[in-house]
Amino acid sequence: MAEQPEIRISPDQITVAKRIDASIAVVGTPNCGKSTLFNRLTGLKQRIGNYPGVTVERHVGYFRTEDSTTELVDLPGTHSLSAHSLEEQIAVDVIFGRMEGTRAPDGILAVLDATNLYQGLFFVQQLTELELPTVVALTMTDAAEMAGIEIDTTELSALLGVPVYPVVATTGAGLDMLRRAIANIRDIAPPRHVRVWPELAEAADKLVKDSNEPLRFAEIERLLIDGETEANAEFVAKLSDEARTELEPLREALFQGDPPVARDARVRYAWVRDVLVKVQKSAPRYVSWRTRITDFFNRPVPGTIGLFLVMAVVFQAVFAWATPLMDIIDESTASLAGAVFDRLGDSWFSSLIADGVISGVGAVIIFLPQIVILFLFIILLEDSGYLARAAYLMDRVMRSVGLSGQSIIPMISSFACAVPGIMATRVIPNRRDRIATILAAPFMTCSARLPVYALLIAAFVPATKVGILNLQGLVLFGLYMFGIVMGVLTALIMRQSALRGPKPPFALMLPEFRRPNLQTVAFQLLGRAKVFLKRAGTVIFAVAVIIWALAYFPRSDEIPAHVDENTAAAMQLEQSWLGRAGKVVEPVFEPLGWDWRVSSAVIASFPAREVVIAVLGTVYAVGDDADEATLSERLKNAKRPDGSPMYTLPMVVGLLIFYALCLQCAATVAIIRRETNSWRWPIFAWSYMTVLGYVGALLAYQIGTA
Amino acid sequence: MSINGNTLASLKRGQKGIIQAVDASDPQVQRLMVLGLVEGAEVEHASSAIGGDPMEFRLFGCGISLRQEHARHFQVAPVAAGG
Repeated sequence: MAEQPEIRISPDQITVAKRIDASIAVVGTPNCGKSTLFNRLTGLKQRIGNYPGVTVERHVGYFRTEDSTTELVDLPGTHSLSAHSLEEQIAVDVIFGRMEGTRAPDGILAVLDATNLYQGLFFVQQLTELELPTVVALTMTDAAEMAGIEIDTTELSALLGVPVYPVVATTGAGLDMLRRAIANIRDIAPPRHVRVWPELAEAADKLVKDSNEPLRFAEIERLLIDGETEANAEFVAKLSDEARTELEPLREALFQGDPPVARDARVRYAWVRDVLVKVQKSAPRYVSWRTRITDFFNRPVPGTIGLFLVMAVVFQAVFAWATPLMDIIDESTASLAGAVFDRLGDSWFSSLIADGVISGVGAVIIFLPQIVILFLFIILLEDSGYLARAAYLMDRVMRSVGLSGQSIIPMISSFACAVPGIMATRVIPNRRDRIATILAAPFMTCSARLPVYALLIAAFVPATKVGILNLQGLVLFGLYMFGIVMGVLTALIMRQSALRGPKPPFALMLPEFRRPNLQTVAFQLLGRAKVFLKRAGTVIFAVAVIIWALAYFPRSDEIPAHVDENTAAAMQLEQSWLGRAGKVVEPVFEPLGWDWRVSSAVIASFPAREVVIAVLGTVYAVGDDADEATLSERLKNAKRPDGSPMYTLPMVVGLLIFYALCLQCAATVAIIRRETNSWRWPIFAWSYMTVLGYVGALLAYQIGTA
Repeated sequence: MSINGNTLASLKRGQKGIIQAVDASDPQVQRLMVLGLVEGAEVEHASSAIGGDPMEFRLFGCGISLRQEHARHFQVAPVAAGG
């Protein structure tokens, strides 16, 4: 009988793992062309999930040959096996087989960027110490050739002790060879040791010898460099007591007070420089069109002007180009809802389908045009290497308001819609900066606030001239500025309190400009849209149906027959749960100058702020699709029971402030939940902004009427 | 270790230098060393943002940006122009 291979699968992995012949970790430095290669190798056979307990995405793909299925795990870009960030820690944990729910890799596909061998080799050399079958894919060989870099792959392969396959992921050249090598990775012998740091190797040998269990050399080396940490606790437990007591004395003798990470970098980069002399035939020269463009944008002034132009186009696209598509979605849902009433007649069921389900689905897909357009730009900018440059140029300005350079795109995008803006915060590597940006983003005046502002301003702000400016326009501008100031203040306060922490090191790799790969762009875009529909869409839909039910039930049979349709709808709403809720909370909102009508409209607009217009339309019996002029007339004439006007200037100013500050958007709440992977931040953001909105409206009304 | 003389921060645009010493006490500087800014590496000051901060350096063909406060931890020997 043949010898049984060792099976290392935990019960929770069996469902995925039983048909997988080998699991391979795809690793490399950031921007090395790893994702493009991963997409090339797996095509659409990939799944995006999350690693347990964190927001880092887990990309797993598969590829099949005639007799085997190989699983590829695309790991976050990493510079070293000593992790410096959450993403890097995850990559290192998966590589060492410490990640819960992810099978320990059977082999390593190391991706090495031919235009950046210096940093790439530093990491790949560490990977060769893992004692795992390893294949190196040398990417960007076309770009390297254009830059005048000639690489001796035979020599490189000999020096690393692993096979090196040059590929051009964008055209597919060299992929077949690589694919065959990966499918048969178990046949590749683990690399022999390249001992670039003999003293460290000797110390590691000593620990291995004095331990009972077979221990991996690379893991021991990392333990010597990193010391005992949370991440390697399980590994440390495997050491014998003898080895464990030896650990610190060995480290002391080895580093003599020098920071271990620094020593590691010094020793290995010295080795890398030696290798470069041997394998890189000519020094890179910068003559390509990419370099010319890079050089132009390298100057501070053209660079900054260029950045503002790019921002203007992105903002314009998300704001304006999405509008026609959103109008189409709006009209289609409306006519679909109308058709439902025509076919099924007027009943609770047809109202559920039309006003609940169809408008709920509409409320979800209405976000798609903005999300897809914004992400098309972000992915293009990121893949072309421009996003890093934008962050670099804006770093100083953003830093002064408590954010980082990478916050600029999410913040600008949030003027169109906070949902794609918050999704875009992924480009921010520092967690505190990222959460501060997420909390500031919903204060930016989004396109859903605009109709509310427009209605109230048109109705209550006189169109008088202030100098050459129109007062209405000034008020609108003021509201935009107000949002920015409150967002920035929030970020500043948060960075001083709950998100206080060391300033993150700002070391940004600035890649040369390169043409983005369309397949990679399409895959990423598809991924973003799917994530939104799955994680946020369900919440938005559920909330839309709940609000429908609150506004529909219970029905009253006592509506007089002679009243017109709109008045009947208004009367139904008044005695619905929503209307009753408005009356119940009336005392709460009374200090703000609101009656039950305004209160119920505000409550109904918590899932989506623009809904307030439709609800006001219904309450004031002008129909929920009445034009703005009719509604604003009705608002102007609305009276309190004592005959005084309902909508006084202080009350309207308060209402505007409330809508500027309040987080009335289920989609934003859902996406904060999704992006922070906890309910803590969405609950905080919602409560904080609601309190701010209430206090703001209260102050405006009380001061204005005092 | 204290750094004196020329640092990365004092390189002019277009000027090259070889790193001579690094004050590695700051963990953020250690992180930069992991990215390859170590003794013996040749770097070129490629650009800076408005106000001169952050600065961009070229290191074996790749661009890397750092703030001035960190650039001061790297002592360099400027390479003569044309050299």
